[in-house]
Amino acid sequence: MSSHYFALPRLSLRFFPIWQRHWLVWKKIAAPSILGHLADPVIYMLGLGYGLGSLLPEMGGMSYMAFLAAGTVCYSTMNSASFEALYSGFARMHEQRTWEAILNTPVSLDDVVLSEILWAATKSLMSGAAVLVVIWVLGLSHSLMSLWMIPLALLIGLAFAALGLIMTALAPAYDFFMYYFTLVITPMMLLCGVFFPVSQLPQGFQIVAGALPLTHAVDLARPLMNGTVPPQAMLHIGVLLAYALIAFYVSLVLFRRRLSR
Amino acid sequence: MNTVIRATGLQKSYGGQRVVDGLDLAIRKGECFGLLGPNGAGKTTTLRMLLGLIAPDAGSAMLLDLPVPQAAREARIRVGVVPQMDNLDPDFTVAENLLVYGRYFGMKDSEIEARIPSLLEFASLSNKRDAKVPTLSGGMKRRLTLARALVNDPDVIFLDEPTTGLDPQARHLIWQRLRELTQQGKTLLLTTHFMDEAERLCHRLAVLDNGKLISQGSPRELIEQNIEPQVVEVFGETSGAWAEKYAAGFSQRFEVSGESVFCYVKDAQPLVDHLQAQSALRYLHRPANLEDVFLKLTGREMRE
Repeated sequence: MSSHYFALPRLSLRFFPIWQRHWLVWKKIAAPSILGHLADPVIYMLGLGYGLGSLLPEMGGMSYMAFLAAGTVCYSTMNSASFEALYSGFARMHEQRTWEAILNTPVSLDDVVLSEILWAATKSLMSGAAVLVVIWVLGLSHSLMSLWMIPLALLIGLAFAALGLIMTALAPAYDFFMYYFTLVITPMMLLCGVFFPVSQLPQGFQIVAGALPLTHAVDLARPLMNGTVPPQAMLHIGVLLAYALIAFYVSLVLFRRRLSR
Repeated sequence: MNTVIRATGLQKSYGGQRVVDGLDLAIRKGECFGLLGPNGAGKTTTLRMLLGLIAPDAGSAMLLDLPVPQAAREARIRVGVVPQMDNLDPDFTVAENLLVYGRYFGMKDSEIEARIPSLLEFASLSNKRDAKVPTLSGGMKRRLTLARALVNDPDVIFLDEPTTGLDPQARHLIWQRLRELTQQGKTLLLTTHFMDEAERLCHRLAVLDNGKLISQGSPRELIEQNIEPQVVEVFGETSGAWAEKYAAGFSQRFEVSGESVFCYVKDAQPLVDHLQAQSALRYLHRPANLEDVFLKLTGREMRE
């Protein structure tokens, strides 16, 4: 690989018109999109919350539904960013050739990739906020601290958008994304404390879970929803930021290589 | 005269295969310059290097007095591009496509809005302003792509096969618009493999094959320099046998392709007189054109 692929990202405000483009597209399909953000996580939360919750007196010192609420915000933001970065990002890069059109203007690939990450994180923010509203309406969180979930949703979105873009940069076709969802996203949903505490897992799984970004997201979210300051907050924020920054750089190197043809 | 695009010893390889091989070009302000060549000759790769989208392995490129790819961003502020394949935004209307694209050049919305009516008029799309892209015909999409390339009022316009896949009416309209652009003093660099397009539009042409420049000049110069002025095409089942016996005697050069014989001649009269007596053969006598030059320079075999 040539050395210029490895240059550090050169960022500029020129990403903003691209973000505006994505926003304009989204506005045209806002209603079904919001429904999509809500339906899946809320059905999971209510179904499992009522169904399993009636069998469990409490979990982690709160009702099972309240326990689930924090995890639901995290995994729905993870899913929004991942779908956007993989499927929609691939469509813009490959199918619709939107990137090609943009790259013919004074906008660089670095700006395009940054706009993809920020847009996918924006979708996460919208999805997290939508679930949060349902949680408030259902009275599952009473604390003002839960407002911190909004910037947290953005941070989770940045990390998963950047991770997802690595897959997009490598993908020969849409089918490829099944590997990522089956081998990365679904296991994270089950191992990272969304539905039950990580401490219930065997030691080996706990170590793996400790390295995964969703675990750190959930470790921040659950205390915030419950009105307490998360223990080791800086560590968790640092891990999510590191995932976002490193994955952004890796995806950029891969995109530079892919699009240099 | 002022050179706006210059390539010096440009070279690019992909996977060990040299796609562009030591290319020198100098395109002057206000001219329409055509890059001709069979598929895989290196035309699109050359355009991408001149736009600063990819870095050459060797050699250098200047676009509007700026080195590319180093200063590609600054250079592209004054450049418009019509890509080979349409990449309009399918979710947007015609006008939204122009607005969104103008923003990439750092233009203000009010500035773009002010330009949209004249751009639509130029593209003959004024009544399609609010139509969604998927409802447009192929010709309309191409015209919108051309209008989009003009949103920043560029000095130089790159066009990669601008009329491929269009019907004759749509092609003629595009040609007319491209001529208007050169009359406005814009510099056009286009690739094509339609010889009639090159002959009608381009002031100067470069023929590329296997990444190398093999001939350069105005359409008329290319014909004069490379080929005899008259062509007689001879058709018929017995044309092969006829060619073996007579073609060399009547023409400076001839080629057999299936049941057709192409005779390139300085003076066609003796050959035409001879053919009039051959009842089994049909013939067509015409002046040599760019396609004859192209086929002579790049051969008749298929490139795929």
